[in-house]
Amino acid sequence: MDKTTRFNDEVMRHLDAAYNLARWLAHDAHEAEDVVQEAVLRAFKFFDGFRGSDAKVWLLAIVRNTFYTQRASASAHGLTDEFDESVHGGIDDAALPEAVVARAADAECLLAAMQRLPPEFREVLILRELEECSYKEIAAITKVNIGTVMSRLARARDRLHRDLTDTTKEARNHAL
Amino acid sequence: MLCKEAQGLVHAWLDDELDPARSLEMARHLDGCTACDQDLQRHAALKQALKSTLPYHAAPAALRTRLAAQLPREAQQRARRIAWNWAATSAALAAMLVIAIGVAGLLASRMQVLRADRLVADAVSSHVRSLIADHLIDVRSTDQHTVKPWFDGKLDFSPEVRDLGAQQFELVGGRLDVFDGARVAALVYRRRLHVVSLFEWPAAPSTNSGLIEDVRDGYFMLRWTDAGMHYAAVSNLNRDELNVFAHAFRNAAPARPAGED
Repeated sequence: MDKTTRFNDEVMRHLDAAYNLARWLAHDAHEAEDVVQEAVLRAFKFFDGFRGSDAKVWLLAIVRNTFYTQRASASAHGLTDEFDESVHGGIDDAALPEAVVARAADAECLLAAMQRLPPEFREVLILRELEECSYKEIAAITKVNIGTVMSRLARARDRLHRDLTDTTKEARNHAL
Repeated sequence: MLCKEAQGLVHAWLDDELDPARSLEMARHLDGCTACDQDLQRHAALKQALKSTLPYHAAPAALRTRLAAQLPREAQQRARRIAWNWAATSAALAAMLVIAIGVAGLLASRMQVLRADRLVADAVSSHVRSLIADHLIDVRSTDQHTVKPWFDGKLDFSPEVRDLGAQQFELVGGRLDVFDGARVAALVYRRRLHVVSLFEWPAAPSTNSGLIEDVRDGYFMLRWTDAGMHYAAVSNLNRDELNVFAHAFRNAAPARPAGED
């Protein structure tokens, strides 16, 4: 079997997962396509050296790496907008559970809240909830240990919850 | 289980990443604790909302087509180059065969390196994970004659359990673990506040090896093989103390059935 056929069988079948991750990390569809295109070509180039058993984890790690490399070079040119902790920080435990849940089910609010998360939080949520990766797989993709995966997930969910609580309150204040 | 512990495990519980023993403890705690249960419900609702609301972005057809067009071209170019070189290549075939044998040898040793790397990663992450989830021990005992029989029926081999009390390594218990799909025994020893996980699994009969040292994520690991058993010791002890541990274990008397001593 030639290399392209093997590559199609083992790697290209994870193209949806690759694009999904890139699309959630990137600003727009255009950037996501750029990232996936470069990642796939790099994966093909290094495919001879791939000896692992999990091509999905391998490909997603390359996608992620490609994204951050592109971002880093873009940010060297002053093109990124950094996450502002001071705007979105601040713990408020006066949670309004039902309202928050209703708000989370509102796709628009949830999407906006997701976009406000820093990428390292967004990516663990996407890998866990949409790609249904195990902690071990997420650890392999994001190159951190399982403990860090655990704490990042916890912090990401807390932050998202807090963000939805805040916007719920704002909406309420507007309504009054 | 205390609320503080439960709060630390709530995400692992939601994600089904707790081992059965911890899951059971957690279930019991949630049954009796309204505050933690509410916390869980809150996280579960958000998780559910994420799963059902977030769109999955499938790769656009145009991207797929574009990539498909780019990949085979690389392969074809390679094929053309190979065809063009065929005449010259045939003369060199014999030489290549000789090289290929050498490369195969290299590859085999490289594969071994990769396997060892996977092993180190598995052992360290198991050790770390057991500390995070506070799941060090399935059988809690300082008595080798309690720990060893506990493994009966849970493993298809009988692990070596040795008393190292004289060397200030206190046996605190054992647990089951899985490396690369195979069950391994994990013994837990303690020296001061440091925990040593010692993993054991069968090797080819009567094989032996020297100590092999690895470091990963700040944890030292020593591997060796004795009398047909692989051992891997992982700890945050310093290198010298872990060496003392390995030597103490290798030199200690194997456990004999209780009553023979």
